[in-house]
Amino acid sequence: MITLYDYELSGNCYKLRLFMSMLDIEYEVIAVDFYPGKEHKSEWFLEINPLGQLPVLEDNGFVLRDAQAILIYLASKYDAGGKWYPTDQPQTLGDISQWLAFADSITSTSSAARLHDGLFYDFDIEACRAGAHRLFRIFDEHLWFAEKQNRNWICPGDHPTIADIACFPYVILSEEGGISRQDYPAIRRWTDRVKRIPGFVVMSGVFPAGPAFKAAG
Amino acid sequence: MAVCSDKTVLNQWYAIGATEEIEPERMTETVLLEEELSYTVDALGSPKVWRTGHDAGELVPSQCVYGYVWTCLGEASGEVFAIPEFSEPDRRNMNAATIGVNVSAPRAIENFLDMGHFPYVHTDILGVEPHTEVKEYDVEISIENDEILATRCRFFQPMASQASGGGADVEYIYRVPHPFCSVLYKSSPVDDKRMDVIAVFLQPVDQEHIRAHMMLSVLDEDNDDKSIRLFQQTIFGQDKPILENQFPKRLPLDPRAETPIRADKSAITYRRWLSRKGITYGVIPAAA
Ligand SMILES: [Fe+2]
Repeated sequence: MITLYDYELSGNCYKLRLFMSMLDIEYEVIAVDFYPGKEHKSEWFLEINPLGQLPVLEDNGFVLRDAQAILIYLASKYDAGGKWYPTDQPQTLGDISQWLAFADSITSTSSAARLHDGLFYDFDIEACRAGAHRLFRIFDEHLWFAEKQNRNWICPGDHPTIADIACFPYVILSEEGGISRQDYPAIRRWTDRVKRIPGFVVMSGVFPAGPAFKAAG
Repeated sequence: MAVCSDKTVLNQWYAIGATEEIEPERMTETVLLEEELSYTVDALGSPKVWRTGHDAGELVPSQCVYGYVWTCLGEASGEVFAIPEFSEPDRRNMNAATIGVNVSAPRAIENFLDMGHFPYVHTDILGVEPHTEVKEYDVEISIENDEILATRCRFFQPMASQASGGGADVEYIYRVPHPFCSVLYKSSPVDDKRMDVIAVFLQPVDQEHIRAHMMLSVLDEDNDDKSIRLFQQTIFGQDKPILENQFPKRLPLDPRAETPIRADKSAITYRRWLSRKGITYGVIPAAA
């Protein structure tokens, strides 16, 4: 059985809930009180992950930290079709790794801005936002050119990869850090496509794809 | 000189931080009504709040109520409004979260009062289609307490709280005893004669940003604090993007400004009440 050490409002934890839902994997959740309890810095949790970071996944005694690493593990072990992380395609693997690192950069800018605005973390908010916009500009251009080649996803191929999952949460949550996606139409079309992948689930702050969602007044 | 020129707003008490999240003697900085403040709570639980922007060092009134440090930047008069349930011995009282939201305080209060969004925003928790109808309820302004009271509110909820065993028709009572605070009572899943209390105490950082303090006073012997809190954080996390996408961010008080839908009876009353009080902070006042 798989156990996920999880916090609902964490986008990095959401990556794994999302991916396990898409792969139709059953798992248990151990909720970690990130705020206000700071349980990720507690003694019991530091024994599981000395970095004091979420998420952590345990699969029959095998413990792994870092959302991107866990995505690689889950895809390699549980995606029978080998589409999310095609281990037989060196170029695609390189491409995926490049975008997993890019996802980490999105975390350190867009997620940091969200933590600043929502939970009052002491970050340089202007630097976080500027950094996120720089990345989104690059990302939007990449996706625009991909669309011109009739590609729907970040990496070449007709199936999404774990790069799409890794990049999605802190892009879709960016407005909570005051980072608008208004100027990134290709990003907006891509987030809509991700929302239509079978098995897609939401988290607090993320809404399902249309039928056009009507905001409450 | 205070930045906020709205005397009614300036003279209110505001929660600025949960006492259980403050280490004794440690100084915390915050902003209220565009004024920089610092606060501490000593080992005996006594608070101290002082200005750190203009008139730096000047002490301002403070008190600890409902698990928070409260302060007032104008002329403090009277007490913080009463929540008698808070002192009942078998209740679990806690701060579910203090979360920053990019919205005006009145917009956030209005959303809190609106049951119509439950099935769409809190799908499968506080509401579910096709149970979307907001049934007839009563709203009045209590002259005696100068507060809004909405009663007989009922809504079908698949999972009303962490202690719920399943879907049920849930009864709500809303109070708005302060321009930027609301207290919600909802049927307790464990005691059919009593109600759980969920209060939001909004701290206006400026006219379009708030810190929302969410206080719970619930009857629940089975779930731990963590899961009770996480349930409310999940709910609040769903409201956040709705709040932050409100346009304009300030609440228009002109009755013709936005066409309220039929469910918005309490919203209309709230807007009128703010107008009558002459509130200008965080709103777009009606043209004279
Ligand atoms: Fe809500």
